Amino acid sequence: MSSVDAVAVSHSRTGRLPRLNRRQRTLLVIVLSAALLLSVVAGGLLLGNEMLTTNLDQRNLSPSLEHPFGTDWLGRDMLARTLKGLTLSLVVGVLASTVSVLIALTLGMAAATFGRAVDGAVTWLVDLFLSVPHLVVLILIAFTLGGGTKGVILAVALTHWPSLTRVIRAEVLQLRTAEFVQVSRRLGRTRWWIATRHLLPHLVPQILVGLVLLFPHAILHEAAITFLGFGLSPQQPAVGVILSESMRHLSTGYWWLALFPGLALLVMVRAFDILGDNLRSLVDPRIAHE
Amino acid sequence: MPLEARGIGFRYQRGPWVLRGVDLAVEPGELVGLTGPSGLGKTTLARILAGYERPLEGNVRLDGGPLPVTGYNPVQLVFQHPEKAVNPRWRMRDTLIEGWEPDPELLKALSIERRWFDHWPNELSGGELQRFCLARALGPRTRYLVADEITTMLDAITQTQIWHVVLDIVRERNLGVLVISHDRPLMKHLCNRIVDLESVMSDFPAAAGEGEVGVRPSDFRI
Repeated sequence: MSSVDAVAVSHSRTGRLPRLNRRQRTLLVIVLSAALLLSVVAGGLLLGNEMLTTNLDQRNLSPSLEHPFGTDWLGRDMLARTLKGLTLSLVVGVLASTVSVLIALTLGMAAATFGRAVDGAVTWLVDLFLSVPHLVVLILIAFTLGGGTKGVILAVALTHWPSLTRVIRAEVLQLRTAEFVQVSRRLGRTRWWIATRHLLPHLVPQILVGLVLLFPHAILHEAAITFLGFGLSPQQPAVGVILSESMRHLSTGYWWLALFPGLALLVMVRAFDILGDNLRSLVDPRIAHE
Repeated sequence: MPLEARGIGFRYQRGPWVLRGVDLAVEPGELVGLTGPSGLGKTTLARILAGYERPLEGNVRLDGGPLPVTGYNPVQLVFQHPEKAVNPRWRMRDTLIEGWEPDPELLKALSIERRWFDHWPNELSGGELQRFCLARALGPRTRYLVADEITTMLDAITQTQIWHVVLDIVRERNLGVLVISHDRPLMKHLCNRIVDLESVMSDFPAAAGEGEVGVRPSDFRI
């Protein structure tokens, strides 16, 4: 046994944690990040609105045990505001990425099955969306729809499908030349039957991973356009609102107003990213069973 | 009524002609062997005959009419690599009954065991998978079978066993079979006649008038 192995073994023996294989570790990471995200939602939903009411006796308190994230210039607890904001972001993220995935699935399948003209149109649309700066399109759509929650959700939903569409189109194109799909056609099966029985099950991993990986994008973009003032209205407890408000107070020394909500947003986005990456490594080796 | 290929010409996009002027006919109850060097287009011809590919020139006639574009195709193709011809995410039972529900006698003749039904394709061997593919292709509406090197990767015993079953069914139902193989002794044993693809390509290479260099696939032979 090499010395490296010996070290590894002694490590695993001295450590309290049982030695996990790669798959178990991946699952553990998935469970942990999912739990973190769920606890954010639970916190946001369980916290009553009374934590958000103005309390002028407790203005601009720096972080303490009572207010871990401090309070703002109206005496509102920043932890509560952050949790509420993240929950709202999460809802926007879920809605937007679900719509995006549905659009991507429809367009991707259509491009790959309905002939050259449709394929050309979809590919052109994808290229168009990918060639314009994302944030500009987002602002344009949100602004056209008059801002607000509806505007943000629609803007985020309508701009996140292009890259996933490409992936799904490529996948379907490849599947269509697969022998088992072609055989199915000669056995008298209809296009619809083949699409639902042969193609869709192969696309599920792509869709699932695509959905989870779209989340962080959607959330960050929601925060970004809200921060820029084109998104959610100021009275809503959105992270983008919190961050843009706190910018005004940064120079006066109220550092906690921006730092903690910003960090929390970062942690949540990373948790989603990790969740998506691990899900992908779990489903990508194409092991249909186990 | 025969399955006929008349003046088949095929190429990919603007590439060189893979097939040109191929004439071939298979009568019901007849076993025709098709041979030829690698890369000459035997598999392409098989795909055209079974309606997987549309010829650019000429046509395929079944009973004097065209092959059906939708619905069950009476000309069924069995592939060389069965692992690619079954959906890896389906259990074997679903693959087996995709076209029709094979009767127990056929399953027994092909020695397909019931305990394989709940398995995934990657848990079965190539020979076992190929039996499933044959059973799937031998539906009651099948009248012609195109067997593209279906036993090339199998051992001699399995090969014999599978061909015995196929021969029995072919005789019983009066099916026409096109056997594609490099194995001349096997084809001599099985087939009524053997066709060399090189000899049936009437005007090969491509017509010089089209301003392109006719590339003969046999030029690539080492």
